[in-house]
Amino acid sequence: MFYTGAVGTAKTKGGLLESQKTLITLQINGERYEVAVTVNKTLLEILREDLDLTGTKHGCEVGECGTCTVLINDQPILSCLTLGVEIQGQKITTIEGLEQNGKLHPIQQAFIELQAAQCGYCTPGMLLSSKALLDENKNPSQDEIKEALSGNLCRCTGYWKIIEAVELTASRLGASKE
Amino acid sequence: MLRLPKFQYLTPQNINDACKILADQGPAAMIVAGGTDIYPKMKRRQFLPKTLIGLRKIDDLDRISGSAKSGLTLGASATLTEVSSHSVVQESYAGLAKAAGAVSTPILRNMGTIGGNLCLDTRCNYYDQTHHWRQAIGWCMKAPSGKGWPVLQDSKLNQSGVPCRVAPGSSRCWAVSSTDSAPMLIALGAKLKLIGSKGERVISVKDLYNDDGMFYLSKAHDEILTEIQLPPSDGIKSTYWKLRRRESFDFPVLGVAVALKQAKDGTVEHAKVVLGGIGSCPFEMAEAQNILTGKRLTENQIEAASQSVFNPARPLDNTDFHLFYRKRMAPVYLKRALTELATMGSNV
Repeated sequence: MFYTGAVGTAKTKGGLLESQKTLITLQINGERYEVAVTVNKTLLEILREDLDLTGTKHGCEVGECGTCTVLINDQPILSCLTLGVEIQGQKITTIEGLEQNGKLHPIQQAFIELQAAQCGYCTPGMLLSSKALLDENKNPSQDEIKEALSGNLCRCTGYWKIIEAVELTASRLGASKE
Repeated sequence: MLRLPKFQYLTPQNINDACKILADQGPAAMIVAGGTDIYPKMKRRQFLPKTLIGLRKIDDLDRISGSAKSGLTLGASATLTEVSSHSVVQESYAGLAKAAGAVSTPILRNMGTIGGNLCLDTRCNYYDQTHHWRQAIGWCMKAPSGKGWPVLQDSKLNQSGVPCRVAPGSSRCWAVSSTDSAPMLIALGAKLKLIGSKGERVISVKDLYNDDGMFYLSKAHDEILTEIQLPPSDGIKSTYWKLRRRESFDFPVLGVAVALKQAKDGTVEHAKVVLGGIGSCPFEMAEAQNILTGKRLTENQIEAASQSVFNPARPLDNTDFHLFYRKRMAPVYLKRALTELATMGSNV
């Protein structure tokens, strides 16, 4: 039987005990990070506490708000409900990875122009869910945008600006291709 | 901050190894696939497993194979997104695409699995709360102490002396079955495969459930749900209607699953009506099925079948919305579901 990333195997017959730290390798925003964590650490905790990537926000912690959204293999998932040891070797994108070479991602630019962020706490999750949608669907309808963002709560309730920002980005990305 | 409690994490490479760990460690070990049900519950100290068995390393557990003609097989760890967006599911098992696509949010559907949704823990306003909250009310029958569920599963749980907070005089727990896929899969006549340390067996989805909030699954602790087998679609039309406060996030407080087979002249040859979210397991509505079978889907038939579920739908006051509202909505949602199917062309 094989167990992921086991250290101190003699004592635990290959399992990972909480009190022991294990060295895991994560691919975040194109960079490789090695970090020693206990198995019960969620990706959210690792990002914010061990790697100082505090752009990923910490909200309800039980999957009811979406502010901790990150992309794994380009699909939005919740980092508060994912263990670090579960996602080794997979491509992780956080909000810090949207900007490329000092240039904002078009969706970030549109959020600024339309003032789609109010308090800003849901914004990282909104941006990543929007990016995942636009990567898959270049020309989403308003319903498709609403559906794609329905797992991200904005308690300032500024949803319209956010939807408009996604529409603006889609139209810009479409125009730049033509 | 709500942090996960301590546990040991194992990742066996095949199902038999996973079953063996479950058999060896008993209730102290639990399995995790998507983690969307178990991790929040561990954070709230409803579950305190000593060992977690991750199923992600097991090959082929997420494979979807077969066709509408031969019947479709869904690997238990296929995500709800994969199931609801699968072309065969959308075309030939439309109700399942709707039910799986109505679970929580798109982000959670990227994580949560179809097998996990079938085994979803029953829910209750008095149970799905933080440790502090539950301690303050003196716990409840389903979680009668702060020690968490799996550790206690061994002992005589419902003899703990802690009453059910919904029905204090009751000798059983009334937590609500909140899976969207189960009523639909039962209506579609699906089966599922369980692999345990003593071998494997195939049972109907209906037989997976007990009408009990605590012991809601009939499977043995060391049995793992590995696949769901849908019968050939055979011209069956299906749909699923879900009542909840928000059209995202929320669990169903009523789920209406309908599957019908009609002859060429429109006569209903076979009807299945299953309600979820109204009790501790999904319930088949026998009277509604009898009313529908052998007749055409006329307005009168739809009305009669819909009204017949008012009496057997007996929700308790332990989820969102007023219970009488939920009871009244059962006929309304069945009527909408049947009307949708009556106006829908056959999707053979």
